[in-house]
Amino acid sequence: MTTGTERRDSAPAPTNPDAGTSSRSATPATRPASKNHQASGGGGSVRQRASLKVRFNRDRSLVFMALPAVILLGVFAYLPMLGNMVAFQDYSPYVGIPDSPWVGMENFSRVIADPEFWLAVKNTLVITAFQLVFFFPIPIALAMLLNSLVNPRLRAGIQAVVYLPHFFSWVLVVSVFQQIFGGAGLLNQSLRANGWQAVDVMTNPDTFLFLITSQAIWKDAGWGIIVFLAALSAIDPAQYEAAAVDGAGRWKRMWHVTLPGLRSVIVLLLILRLGDSLTVGFEQMILQRDAVGADASEVLDTFVYYTGVQNGDWSYAAAAGLIKGLVSLALILAANKVAHIFGESGVYSK
Amino acid sequence: MSATTTKPRLRPERPAWYEEPGRMAKTVKVVVLAAVVLAVLGPLYTIVLTSISSQATITRAGGLVLIPGEITLAAYQQILSGGVVTRAVLVSVGVTATGTLLSMVVSVLCAYGLSRPGSFAHTPILFTLLITMFFSAGIIPAYLLVSSLGLINTYWALILPSCISVFNIIILRGFFMGIDRGILDSARIDGASEWRTLTQIVLPMSKAVTAVIALFYGVGYWNAFFNAVLYINDSAMNPLQVVLRSYVLQGVSVPGQIDVGDGAAASPALQMAVIVLAMVPILLVYPFVQKHFTKGVMIGAVKG
Repeated sequence: MTTGTERRDSAPAPTNPDAGTSSRSATPATRPASKNHQASGGGGSVRQRASLKVRFNRDRSLVFMALPAVILLGVFAYLPMLGNMVAFQDYSPYVGIPDSPWVGMENFSRVIADPEFWLAVKNTLVITAFQLVFFFPIPIALAMLLNSLVNPRLRAGIQAVVYLPHFFSWVLVVSVFQQIFGGAGLLNQSLRANGWQAVDVMTNPDTFLFLITSQAIWKDAGWGIIVFLAALSAIDPAQYEAAAVDGAGRWKRMWHVTLPGLRSVIVLLLILRLGDSLTVGFEQMILQRDAVGADASEVLDTFVYYTGVQNGDWSYAAAAGLIKGLVSLALILAANKVAHIFGESGVYSK
Repeated sequence: MSATTTKPRLRPERPAWYEEPGRMAKTVKVVVLAAVVLAVLGPLYTIVLTSISSQATITRAGGLVLIPGEITLAAYQQILSGGVVTRAVLVSVGVTATGTLLSMVVSVLCAYGLSRPGSFAHTPILFTLLITMFFSAGIIPAYLLVSSLGLINTYWALILPSCISVFNIIILRGFFMGIDRGILDSARIDGASEWRTLTQIVLPMSKAVTAVIALFYGVGYWNAFFNAVLYINDSAMNPLQVVLRSYVLQGVSVPGQIDVGDGAAASPALQMAVIVLAMVPILLVYPFVQKHFTKGVMIGAVKG
């Protein structure tokens, strides 16, 4: 045990043999504030082992630096996790969480029996699957196309343009689509001018899947290429050269050099996407719900929002949200497991 | 192969083994890339142009303007001379500036604090951050929390819940970890505290990545829409995105749109002007930060 900790402590030592000496000599002279910290922070660590105390004294500035972020996460990420207990209550905002009656799993059984919930699940999964097929490959293809350009300035220029829509808000993206494809938009304006019938794109529930996927592509497909370009630039040009010398044409090089080079990034992004299966364009849906109706646009997140915040059925919505969060967690862990089985590193290792 | 390499018109960047594409392949490439660029810039062009076109030009075009006609800034004068849009712009600017500053301070400090594996409590703190990337509590508890903290109808509700992005911290941390230990150690030998090392050595070396992260945060605050729908009930406090939604997507009339008197701006121009206002800050900052994307994001992605 002792040897284990010693070895761990000595691991960074080769790079900072002078760090110890410097902190010993520099602390009293250059850290006038350190006495206050020692009074408050040092008292707590007296009962710890000496090595921990030494490490705390050495690193306390680093710990204090990380503290504001930890506090913010504690309040705005971890407290709400506890707040999910309302899913097991019959919560009323007038009574508050402490005094609301506990109802066990009742909310969950109500959710499971609710056809509206399953409609939201179905819509969510259909959208995810559709975008996996029609959105996911586009950045890969675009990145390979850009990578094949030899003129660096042209390449940088096109990158700058295609990244841009990623930084627009969903309100803006939907507004732009409204102006181009809406009833009074550019498309219908020119159709009418040429005597054609106007088409109904923005409010048609039957084509909604295509509409939201096009919006997602317009907004984020360009930004998606950035990771693939990074992976492509990491491929050793000597591999291409060797392949070309061995007589491989451009398609063979793409298959045997480029795609293997992208493999781990593709797997990583697939895992992230699968783990996120239950999250699809929340703002995008809310913005267009009035236009196409709830049947086409209701996804899990909007279901939670409308049943909870809009209709005041807090506990019921929290139960649905909790199911979503837990299934998402299971999905990302499972996807990561599969990646490990295939020998990829995944989101996290080990 | 050797024949292509000796061609005099060959550009120097093209490696010797990389054959010139055929005419067909070249045409396909040019057409695809031109279509992509046009798909992004085309809509923006016509929206900006319509926002600065006069009523007569818009009527002649039948809606959106593709060919520049008479240019006027009347729409902008009208929406920026006080009223709902002006107030929303001020709200959005204020929230974005305050929020970005706060986010950057907290994130840079945290990323630097976590940039030395093996330091005290390094792993527990890192895990505290990372867990939130895998499990999020959901809308309902988040709303209940903000409401029980009394933040409903305050601008803090637009800032605090989205103040830190763990992803951004990980990118910053990845960059800080890549800084040569020797430089930091020599600073310490010279008696610099961690705070001084951060502000006077690490930050000046990390301008590119901090600029990119600041842009990410700033864009996040500027674009935030749902937070405002959820937490703000007072329409006087609405940020620009909510106002944009009501004018362009929900068909609410832009003030002044109804009484089209003399000199009043055309109503499509007013709508377009609100759209343009929502993208102007991004268009202003983007060119300066854009060139750092690959550097900043790449290093963070590789390390993270």
